[in-house]
Amino acid sequence: MSERAGVEVRLENLVRRYGTVTALDGLSLTIAPGELVALLGPSGCGKTTALRLLAGLEQSDEGRVIVAGEDVTDLPANKRNIGMVFQAYSLFPHMVAWENVAFGLQMRHVGAAERKKRALDMLELVGLGSHANRYANQMSGGQQQRVALARALAIHPQVLLLDEPLSALDAKVRSRLRDEIRRVQLEVGITTLFVTHDQEEALAIADRVGVMQAGKLEQLGPPTTVYSRPATPFVADFVGLTNRLAGNVKNGVVEVRGTQIPLVQPDVADGPATALVRPEAVTLVGNGDSAGGPLVGTVIAVAFLGAVSRVTVDLGDTTVLAQLPTADAGNHPAGSKVRLALRPDPVLIDRHD
Amino acid sequence: MAVARRGVHRTRWIKLQVFRYVTFALAGIFFLVPLLSMVEFSTRANSGGGRTLDFWKAIFTYPELIDWNFGPAPDASVNASLELALVTSVAMLVLLVPTMVWVRLKLRRLTRVLEFICLLPLTIPAIVLVVGLFPMYVWLGTNVSDSILTLGFAYVVLVLPYCYRALDAGLGAIDVKTLSEAARSLGASWFSVMWRVIVPNISNAILNALLLSVALVLGEYTVANNLLYNNLQVELVHLQRTSAGTSIAVAVASLLFAFVLLMILAFIGGRGRREFREEAVTKLGTGPVLGSAG
Repeated sequence: MSERAGVEVRLENLVRRYGTVTALDGLSLTIAPGELVALLGPSGCGKTTALRLLAGLEQSDEGRVIVAGEDVTDLPANKRNIGMVFQAYSLFPHMVAWENVAFGLQMRHVGAAERKKRALDMLELVGLGSHANRYANQMSGGQQQRVALARALAIHPQVLLLDEPLSALDAKVRSRLRDEIRRVQLEVGITTLFVTHDQEEALAIADRVGVMQAGKLEQLGPPTTVYSRPATPFVADFVGLTNRLAGNVKNGVVEVRGTQIPLVQPDVADGPATALVRPEAVTLVGNGDSAGGPLVGTVIAVAFLGAVSRVTVDLGDTTVLAQLPTADAGNHPAGSKVRLALRPDPVLIDRHD
Repeated sequence: MAVARRGVHRTRWIKLQVFRYVTFALAGIFFLVPLLSMVEFSTRANSGGGRTLDFWKAIFTYPELIDWNFGPAPDASVNASLELALVTSVAMLVLLVPTMVWVRLKLRRLTRVLEFICLLPLTIPAIVLVVGLFPMYVWLGTNVSDSILTLGFAYVVLVLPYCYRALDAGLGAIDVKTLSEAARSLGASWFSVMWRVIVPNISNAILNALLLSVALVLGEYTVANNLLYNNLQVELVHLQRTSAGTSIAVAVASLLFAFVLLMILAFIGGRGRREFREEAVTKLGTGPVLGSAG
């Protein structure tokens, strides 16, 4: 598999309109060879449209699609050599798994023996060698999507497109298949664009994450940067949870209820603003411990999330979410008084409130 | 408690079985009595009160009925009806399947328009259709061909509503858009998408449409008679005037032919489904069908 080096993909100023609605509004994006970029955003933000334009399943109104230095904007989908896994189960129901995988090779006039061998190899790659003779309706959703992945890779595509391939699966299978996709992608070394509305999925799998809103790319960067240094309030809100706390900006620092917090973008005018504080930047101690922080509140709910728990604290005029290890959250049952402090991690401010 | 419930279930089951058998018997009588009467009439000897197969033998010797040399310009009515059934079915499929798929893929807003157009012939009486078609057939007869096979144009219109419904049900059962896009992304031309992906997955719907189309064409009388063509039904009416026994024998034979055709098509469709299931079961091997491996 290693002979297949990825290629560079460039989307240049793509515009796509549906009547009066602009689904993509000048999207530009460069994906490095072998890189996995995840496009993340709410429904209708244009991420699937971008993917379909790259696949050739739709035509852009403006802009260009460049794959491996070649302008493929006007090429139909069947001439682009791009593999795709769809959100809906897309295996051909009248074919068994290996015939599905071999379909693309048949379209490329590969000999019968060779295409069966390659199809079986691809099924082995996704761990379904023993399912080669099963029909789609004899496989689980996760198995079907793995066969679809093998089918997309069997044609040796230049680019792999994944259109929310995990969204129809249950949580456990989704998590396992997500890791499987990443393993296969790294093994094959193929340039990949992954579209999802699930932030956890995007952050876990991608080399870079692009957050989209209203047809535009709000931010593109490594998952840690997108999470910890969101470029816009929308990104901060969409990726992870945020507390919106009133504060006052002065000299590149925002003061929130007595705590001075540095800003991600310090070059802003002084004045009132809403600070966007992550729940994990909020710490809690019992009310009796005065070192716990200047703010006092009442715990109104504790949500158990496994290793961590999310505690909702009522400060009187607002509520604050704090995320802490479940073992610590056990010390703060609903109804208990707590002291609360804000860790001075750099935050973003929003002045639209 | 459980015993009482089983007793109630058993009583209901017996009532249901009785209802089924009675309904089946009544339906059987309804269909079989006229058929048996026709057989009885067509085998009745003219004199002496015995039985004869003369009328049945006459079917094969009647030149206007069957010509064993099938060709593009059929004179015999059975040949004409069979060839028309073939022409109509092929034309209907070639016209309707790609159009319906294309509308589903690219022109969803035209779905209702297409449905309206295809169902329209249901609301137009055949005689009105003939009046509308007559000038066209006069022109066709003068300038293109006066072959009876040109009736195929009119018959395609006649079978549209039934075939549209059958194909629509088949296409509705699969995700045409996703399957087509998957095939396209794998390098398939539009022809390959249709031939290798869509058609195999709607084969039962196509068989149903074919069956309806063949049945309609074999039983059509009004259009052919009024446009002065001689198909099987028109010939049957002619025969009735000259030899009632032969005409009834032909009617029974054509019903039997339609029945055999129906059985063949149902067998082909059923075999496809059965092979799919059997193959699935034998190839299943060991282990759970729905593994948790994801």
